[in-house]
Amino acid sequence: MKPPPFEYTAAASVEEALAALTEHGDEAKVISGGQSLVPLLAFRFARPSVLVDINRIRGLDGIELDGDTLTIGALARHRDVELDGALRARCPMIVEAVAQVGHAAIRNRGTVGGSLAHSDPAAEWTALALALDAELDVVGPSGSRVVAAGDFFVTYFTTALAPDELLVRARFRIPNGRSGSTFVELARRHGDFALAGVGALVTLDDDDVVADVRIGLIGVGATAVRASSGEEAVRGRRPTADVLVEAAAAVDADIDPNTDVHASADYRRLIAGVLVRRALETAIARARGGDDGRS
Amino acid sequence: MAARELVLRVNGVEHRGAAEPRVTLADFLRDGLGLTGTHLGCEHGVCGACTILLDGRSVRSCLMLAVQAEGHDLTTVEGLASPDGALHPIQEAFSEKHGLQCGFCTPGFLMSVHELLAHDPAPDEAEIRSWLSGNICRCTGYQNIVEAVQYAAVLQREADR
Repeated sequence: MKPPPFEYTAAASVEEALAALTEHGDEAKVISGGQSLVPLLAFRFARPSVLVDINRIRGLDGIELDGDTLTIGALARHRDVELDGALRARCPMIVEAVAQVGHAAIRNRGTVGGSLAHSDPAAEWTALALALDAELDVVGPSGSRVVAAGDFFVTYFTTALAPDELLVRARFRIPNGRSGSTFVELARRHGDFALAGVGALVTLDDDDVVADVRIGLIGVGATAVRASSGEEAVRGRRPTADVLVEAAAAVDADIDPNTDVHASADYRRLIAGVLVRRALETAIARARGGDDGRS
Repeated sequence: MAARELVLRVNGVEHRGAAEPRVTLADFLRDGLGLTGTHLGCEHGVCGACTILLDGRSVRSCLMLAVQAEGHDLTTVEGLASPDGALHPIQEAFSEKHGLQCGFCTPGFLMSVHELLAHDPAPDEAEIRSWLSGNICRCTGYQNIVEAVQYAAVLQREADR
């Protein structure tokens, strides 16, 4: 189908975008990469009267790794993150997650900010934001504020953003030290939304004890999930095979998957546990300096 | 909503036209500019038939608005062959290896492959299959398409020598 009629304004600056959002309120919708919004328009599930295009705003597409902080502008394209060699070496979890976002042509156009603001519960970026304690810079008519990722994703396709606010960048915390990470997911077909997906990052101390662990899941609830019970099961312990099985079981308390045409809730629970165990195995092997821990 | 004047640079040529904001880039290329080589299958970003290049990178032209494409360099399937009609090595390879049957999906495949080979002149089969996962063909299966891409890589490397 074809999108319904709407007015269109291409903002040249954040100020212009905010002015348009203030003027039109919840009649307006921000468009960045459009890879989720344009299909919604084509199906007429979304019927905004004004589209505020932020693609022409300069300076919002940066990807900067400084110490343990990764700052990504809202307009950075998935593909630019995927091709970032420094990031691949430092935090493979991010690059492996992004490589599983849609298909190449989607990643060329889709943006990090758009993915976060859309808050699809199966979107890889939402789990990365939760697992890596992201801080989201939000600007609105009365100034700017910082929203923790844990407070940002409210429910299906709903965030803490007000209609007149704009997400401009996100800062992810990338632990230094003896760390390893990965992102694994299961989808029916390559490039489809995941039935479930898991990002895991593990930091080991010199005695091989888990000093820090972060687990984020997608596809198993109304938003992405930080698996605090699963993390609790491994933190401060030596990550033996038994401990990882315990962690995988503990994640059951962190998730609340739905049954839909693609998979039952029970099946999603099952694969979430399996993926958590596998992700932890790989992250730990990488932290120890091996390439891959898949057994 | 009133139509807006547009200037789009397609295959190195500036085209003028007018479109309402809601008109997708794919529809504008076809109906506004008469460049009907870009095909539309699903019109919601799933099938890949409408894939074109935006500043050298593959994008789905059904998921962009025509008004968003101003100021960018667009390449459509019409931009592949030489003005004298000589086929591009990728087209040559698809023809030689029977990488198409009805041809509906082919423009999208050709444009996706164009970006792949620019990025990696010698992709292996797994990389080709992964890259082309966003393009759907309902006639041939993908075996001949993969072979065509491998052959296109050979032709292109020879041409670049």
